[in-house]
Amino acid sequence: MKKILAIALAMLMLCLTACAVAEDAKVMTYEEYVAAELDSEVTVETYVQAKQSWRDNKGTIYCQSEDGAYFLYNMPMSQEEYDMLEMGTKIRVTGYKAEWSGEVEITEATFEILDAEPWIAEPKDVTDLLGTDELINYQNQLVIFSGMTVEAKKDANGNDVAFLYNWDGSGQAGSNNDLYFDLSVNGQTYTFTVESYLRGEGTDVYTNVTDLAIGAKIDAVGFLYWYNGANPHIIAIQPAAE
Amino acid sequence: MKSIKKIAALLMALLLCVLLTGCHGSKDSSAFVIPDSFDTGRHYTVTFWAKNDTNKTQTAIYEKAMADFEALYPNIDVNMRLYTDYSRIYNDVITNIATGTTPNVCVTYPDHIATYLTGNNVMAPLDDLITNPKYGLGGSELRFDGPTVDEVVPQFLAECKIGDHYYALPYMRSTEALYINKTFVEKLGYTVLDVPTWDFVWQVSDAAAAKGDDGNFLINGQKTMIPFIYKSTDNMMIQMLKQLNAPYSTAEGEVLIFNDTTKDLLFTVRDHVATGAFSTFKISSYPGNFLNAGQCIFAVDSTAGATWMGTQAPHMDIAADQVADFELVVRPIPQFDPDHPAMISQGPSVCVFNKTDPQEVLASWLFTQYLISNDVQIAYSETEGYVPVTLKAQQDPAYQDYLSRKGEDNDEHYYVKLDAAKLLMDNTANTFVTPVFNGSASLRDAAGQLIEEVAKSVRRKKTVDDTTIPALYDQINSLYRLDQIVPAKGADSADMGPLPGTAVTLLCALVAAWALIGLYALRTALKRKNK
Repeated sequence: MKKILAIALAMLMLCLTACAVAEDAKVMTYEEYVAAELDSEVTVETYVQAKQSWRDNKGTIYCQSEDGAYFLYNMPMSQEEYDMLEMGTKIRVTGYKAEWSGEVEITEATFEILDAEPWIAEPKDVTDLLGTDELINYQNQLVIFSGMTVEAKKDANGNDVAFLYNWDGSGQAGSNNDLYFDLSVNGQTYTFTVESYLRGEGTDVYTNVTDLAIGAKIDAVGFLYWYNGANPHIIAIQPAAE
Repeated sequence: MKSIKKIAALLMALLLCVLLTGCHGSKDSSAFVIPDSFDTGRHYTVTFWAKNDTNKTQTAIYEKAMADFEALYPNIDVNMRLYTDYSRIYNDVITNIATGTTPNVCVTYPDHIATYLTGNNVMAPLDDLITNPKYGLGGSELRFDGPTVDEVVPQFLAECKIGDHYYALPYMRSTEALYINKTFVEKLGYTVLDVPTWDFVWQVSDAAAAKGDDGNFLINGQKTMIPFIYKSTDNMMIQMLKQLNAPYSTAEGEVLIFNDTTKDLLFTVRDHVATGAFSTFKISSYPGNFLNAGQCIFAVDSTAGATWMGTQAPHMDIAADQVADFELVVRPIPQFDPDHPAMISQGPSVCVFNKTDPQEVLASWLFTQYLISNDVQIAYSETEGYVPVTLKAQQDPAYQDYLSRKGEDNDEHYYVKLDAAKLLMDNTANTFVTPVFNGSASLRDAAGQLIEEVAKSVRRKKTVDDTTIPALYDQINSLYRLDQIVPAKGADSADMGPLPGTAVTLLCALVAAWALIGLYALRTALKRKNK
């Protein structure tokens, strides 16, 4: 009798705990997340798509679900936890919604890894949305810009170059500076970035961008970061598909 | 007898091992001794880790300085690695101390040097180098016209003294400035003060936070207006405490920031975040971007950021169609006592790392010194609202000519940049720095984080009052490990800390060896006596 009572009590406790967790979580859809006020607490379930950096016990990560994407900025975690976040890993994240120069992000978040099949986003082609107000709806998503032409930028000496180290050419090879390059489509030119925290010197995309030639036609894949407007962080380029 | 001999031989072998191991370990960390003369028959490579403000002109000046220096000293090559962030340099130096691969010369802050100094002879003390008659400041053997010690601005040089020694030379100096949208201040019915007070700034900011029935701000008709944005909240807290003569830390490293004045200041921040009058860089973004868009009235940022401020600024981070048209004026940061202003002195310094080869260190020193020669100082200072660190450069006719041409154009002579530089030159005597000790960088971060946490709490509709401040203090104290800072006991009775393990082993071995030698001698003497 005592054993049955003990088992029943244990099960009751488990149920109550599960209910409490479910109550705490209040997992939002992406639509609910977009509607949430800035500085409010948000909880989402999403999949790791890329890790940008780990510094001072904080990780910055691009995540995406089927309905939208999230930028997790400076999420407290150990190096070991950061290393565990494989691409495609499903996580539940609770933090505060914030906006910095137009980039909507989740800050000071906690997370837990969920037991689920990995999911990796396919890049969404947003080439036709460049320069439109609609583009922001894809903020932080993995996107592709197709059939883009490499345009010339001016270096410090006024020479035409295909890319610059830092936005104004103030960087140099060997210093792991961000790369900036211009691509055009439909007569309009836009600036793209290889962000060195996300893909630093030595990565394929970094090398490939430094090898770009003016006039080349390429496809560029990246995350649709925002800084006072669209500021895509490119993670791969390839010759444009015919 | 044989066994005693064996034991003694073993101990001696052990002693030798310890001695040799100790020598190997200390080879990289022996104290630097200035060579009598610079060996120009040898070739040296000086690795220079530099910081620029993402400014191509600054990069070009570094490159020219290196080329000019190499022309003067053909046996020295300077290799530069460029950073745009002090914290990255700091992290990389810390990493490279562990592997013995520090650069030779590095742009840095004294707070960071204090941490580097916890390593064994990692840094080269510069006292004797500075005064060396041949290779010191103004030395007879220099191949360039560098400043003498007396020609370095004394306050700026003093900032490079950590404990009893100089570990850096100042490279550039700046302070913070209050960049004001004068047009909006006057539209609100106020007049910009020569030395604005905190009360004035809060009052105008609260007034500017008023919204119309349409939800737009009355002052600019836009959805966005953050009247007062502070870039560096650590500076904000530090300067407010200094202006009020309130405790921050002792020179030895005792942390005093968690006091009632700090609490009152945090309550002021709380009140003005609540009205929508105040935000920070970490929460909202660069003050200059909001200022230029007509979405901010008071922007506090470094004088070294002056070229990003204003309608005609040579550097712009927002689209041209977002830039507002207004009159910008530059003032000192807000003060509690305008008759006795106090503002931080900041800006990069240059330190020299110790190496096994004293000639390499001397080559590094020569380059470091070259960075404060007039050509480099004047050129670099003109890239931003920096001030040259030498009186020699400040008084140079070329620099005086530059100052006199304020407003001639919106590039080299951009009036905001020159006003910002003049602000520091006029207020050099009113500048201060915080004490430097191992942990002072963390305390600085903590000072700013107090403001950030309060601002975030208010925005998240959390309570900030007398009941929550103790928990905030505990949180910050723990987060920045301020409770682990061990204050020094003063220069004369400096606590060097526990002996390193190798030293303890060596001393133990020495004691044991002498004890055994003594025993052996005693036993031999007794045997002889018994015979």
